[in-house]
Amino acid sequence: MPDYLIEMNGISKSFPGVKALDGVNLKLRPGAVHALMGENGAGKSTLMKCLFGIYSMDEGEILLNGQHTRILNPFDALKKGIAMVHQELQPIPERSIAENMFCGRYPYKNFGIKVVDHARMYQETAAALERIGLNFDPRRKLGELSVSQMQLIEIGKAISVGAKVIIMDEPTSSLTQAEVETLFSIINILRNEGCAIVYISHKMDEILRISDEVTIMRDGKYIGTWPAAELTTDKIITHMVGRQMTNLYPERDNKPGEVVLTVADYTSIHPKSFRNAGFTLRKGEILGICGLVGAQRTELMEGIFGLRASVSGTVNYQGKKIKIRRPKDAIDNGIALLTEERRATGIFGVLSISDNVAIASLSKYLKYLIMLDGKKINALVHDNIKKLNIKTPSEKTQIQSLSGGNQQKVIISRWLANDPDILIMDEPTRGIDVGAKYEIYTIIADLAKRGKSIIMISSEMQEIIGMADRVMVMCDGIITGFVENDDMTQEKIMELATRFEN
Amino acid sequence: MNSKKLKTIFLNNAIVIMLILVSIVVGIIRPGFFSDANARNLIVNTAVRFIIALGVSGCLITKGTDLSAGRAVGLAACLGATFLQRADYTGRVYADMPEFSLILVLLGVILITTCFGMFNGLIISYLKVPPFITTLGTQTIIYGICLVFTGAQPIGGLRKDYTTLSTGAVGGIQWIPYLGVIALVLGIIMFFVYGHTRHGKNMYAIGGNENAAEVSGVNTTKTKILIYATAGALYGFAGFLLGAKAGGASVNIGFGYELEAIAGCTIGGVSTNGGVGRISGILVGVLVFELLKIAMQFVGVEPSYTYIVQGIVIIVAVALDIRKYVAKK
Ligand SMILES: Nc1ncnc2c1ncn2[C@@H]1O[C@H](COP(=O)(O)OP(=O)(O)OP(=O)(O)O)[C@@H](O)[C@H]1O
Ligand SMILES: [Mg+2]
Repeated sequence: MPDYLIEMNGISKSFPGVKALDGVNLKLRPGAVHALMGENGAGKSTLMKCLFGIYSMDEGEILLNGQHTRILNPFDALKKGIAMVHQELQPIPERSIAENMFCGRYPYKNFGIKVVDHARMYQETAAALERIGLNFDPRRKLGELSVSQMQLIEIGKAISVGAKVIIMDEPTSSLTQAEVETLFSIINILRNEGCAIVYISHKMDEILRISDEVTIMRDGKYIGTWPAAELTTDKIITHMVGRQMTNLYPERDNKPGEVVLTVADYTSIHPKSFRNAGFTLRKGEILGICGLVGAQRTELMEGIFGLRASVSGTVNYQGKKIKIRRPKDAIDNGIALLTEERRATGIFGVLSISDNVAIASLSKYLKYLIMLDGKKINALVHDNIKKLNIKTPSEKTQIQSLSGGNQQKVIISRWLANDPDILIMDEPTRGIDVGAKYEIYTIIADLAKRGKSIIMISSEMQEIIGMADRVMVMCDGIITGFVENDDMTQEKIMELATRFEN
Repeated sequence: MNSKKLKTIFLNNAIVIMLILVSIVVGIIRPGFFSDANARNLIVNTAVRFIIALGVSGCLITKGTDLSAGRAVGLAACLGATFLQRADYTGRVYADMPEFSLILVLLGVILITTCFGMFNGLIISYLKVPPFITTLGTQTIIYGICLVFTGAQPIGGLRKDYTTLSTGAVGGIQWIPYLGVIALVLGIIMFFVYGHTRHGKNMYAIGGNENAAEVSGVNTTKTKILIYATAGALYGFAGFLLGAKAGGASVNIGFGYELEAIAGCTIGGVSTNGGVGRISGILVGVLVFELLKIAMQFVGVEPSYTYIVQGIVIIVAVALDIRKYVAKK
């Protein structure tokens, strides 16, 4: 029995204009959780895609159980006992949960011709879901679920194939605390069963809690591997970033002024969604919104922004009552929303970074009435690439070839360029590394100081407590309370977040 | 490494290389291929189809399509011909119609086809009927209108000033026909619209991810209506020119042109997955197609066989071209 289930040695991989991997090593022990860490664009996902057969590597070798092996494609990887939960989910929303789980490996009955065995598929799906503590009807359309639920389904899928090596690329990016706990207990079961698990995340506390070993990468290079017990948050950051970072949150000196936005009695057309929501927002204020999954925070904000329909409610903006029917109305009024689902409503995959940044503020860059000022747009894009440290070969690169975190930075740039008076950010730092998080917090603090108002939804309570002036807490579609100053504690927020009506 | 580089260069320019090769080969076998008259023929044929392809391209880039293009072109040709018949022509449709100015008729024709385009756009954006179905419907409607309007009779006896649009050339130089110049000007305008205006950026954004476009404040309904209306205007222009070129018109003129236009666009790198496509590519795509037709004519391929070859070329050309965009692993 060899020491390692998987050994990857000296892996290199180039894309046009970038060397994504440069001699990286990764050794996975059976019955251990191996964390893979590095800044956005360090090459974590690329390395895992090489292991899963999505990319073919330029150099290097892979040993499976001590034997040389070549992984031709994902199908081959699954056959060899390697499964992957992707950073960017690839759901088929119009098909059932079961079909999504068994896509490509449908069980069948053989009557001379092969016929898909639906009964068995539904039954096995239900069983697999139950194992991770979910009880959805396998017949439900996947598209009806929330992103976090889809992510759990994806994890269920990876487990249900019975793989010995399970790769999880930022599995918790859209999970809330309770779901993370579920995931961790699943990981513990798998570990005890002798699986090797690769765990990619930007959340330090998770890494230190769940992992046995940590491998750190920087700019496509291998930095080293350490037992988790020997590491601390500070040490990890130093290895990742190559320098020390003393503060996680910047100093803030914004002064909330007069009320600019008053929302009253906002109620969704869906009876289970947000109801009778009312709150105010001040000039130069950072308002945090907390809640568990299903608290309808995203829905409320999307409702105000004109993406979801409501039956009642008024929005008063700078003393005027405004009517928002579609996002354009909100944006024209100076209200912007950074949406939660980057893939679905954020990126324009085939378009360049430049087009992705400029799209929401084209009217600011006109000359001779109709012509776009290419020079000014270029300057804007370059400025943002520098400011947010976006890793890309050029501004003409298609956004879909960037790493997940870097895509997020591009979308943030889009709204910074638009320069709204009220910026609503739904999970702004999802998938973003520690260094870049600090940059984004600094930008948010600076916007507030300049008199802009920020609404920030986040599942990371620490982030909200660290950044917000005031926190609004929701539970099950209802606003259950506001906390300020010294009351802004995890306990107080949790108490409000779980104040169910019945 | 060097051979690999060569291969990439070949792949990235496969279509242009194919174009040049075909010309050289045919030019050697049939020396008449490189004559002024033939160049003119090629340019005139390409011009009309390029204008139609320009219209269709906007629809394709936004993940739509426009099947009504060919019939709209046909209607435009019939309208143009009807209102620009010679006063002394015995078979005049309207015997005592006054002589309209060329520009007036052109504008009238464009106005009418633009209305049909706008109708497509309205249905697609407000009623959310898929473009394929919407334009399939208008295709049939327009054909019906054309039948009613012409009574299925061919229209001939066109005025000299109208046909000169097609026969004339700048300074009398054969290979600079008016048609070529008009198409070029329209191409340049569209190049500007696509690359340097808000409307163009919005169009690519809708094609890239319509939901994200909506969230970014793009007026998706207005943009789509404008795209289909512009397409209609371009068909009107193309049909008007086609009438002049054919020296007459009948209900069957323009039949199947939408498919050629779609083929030209995709050969030229317009992605049916949306968000991708350039004017220069469209020109090359249409040119390849026309060049091929003329080359086959020259070599003496029997007309029935040319369709088989054309079909193969569509598939091969797109298969080669798509390699540029398929993510390299
Ligand atoms: N298909 C591709 N084409 C071109 N470049 C790519 C492609 N995939 C990844 N890259 C580049 O490779 C580098 C590494 O990307 P990768 O996705 O592995 O980063 P990551 O460590 O997973 O980052 P994150 O934490 O943001 O997810 C980046 O610079 C990225 O732009
Ligand atoms: Mg990644």
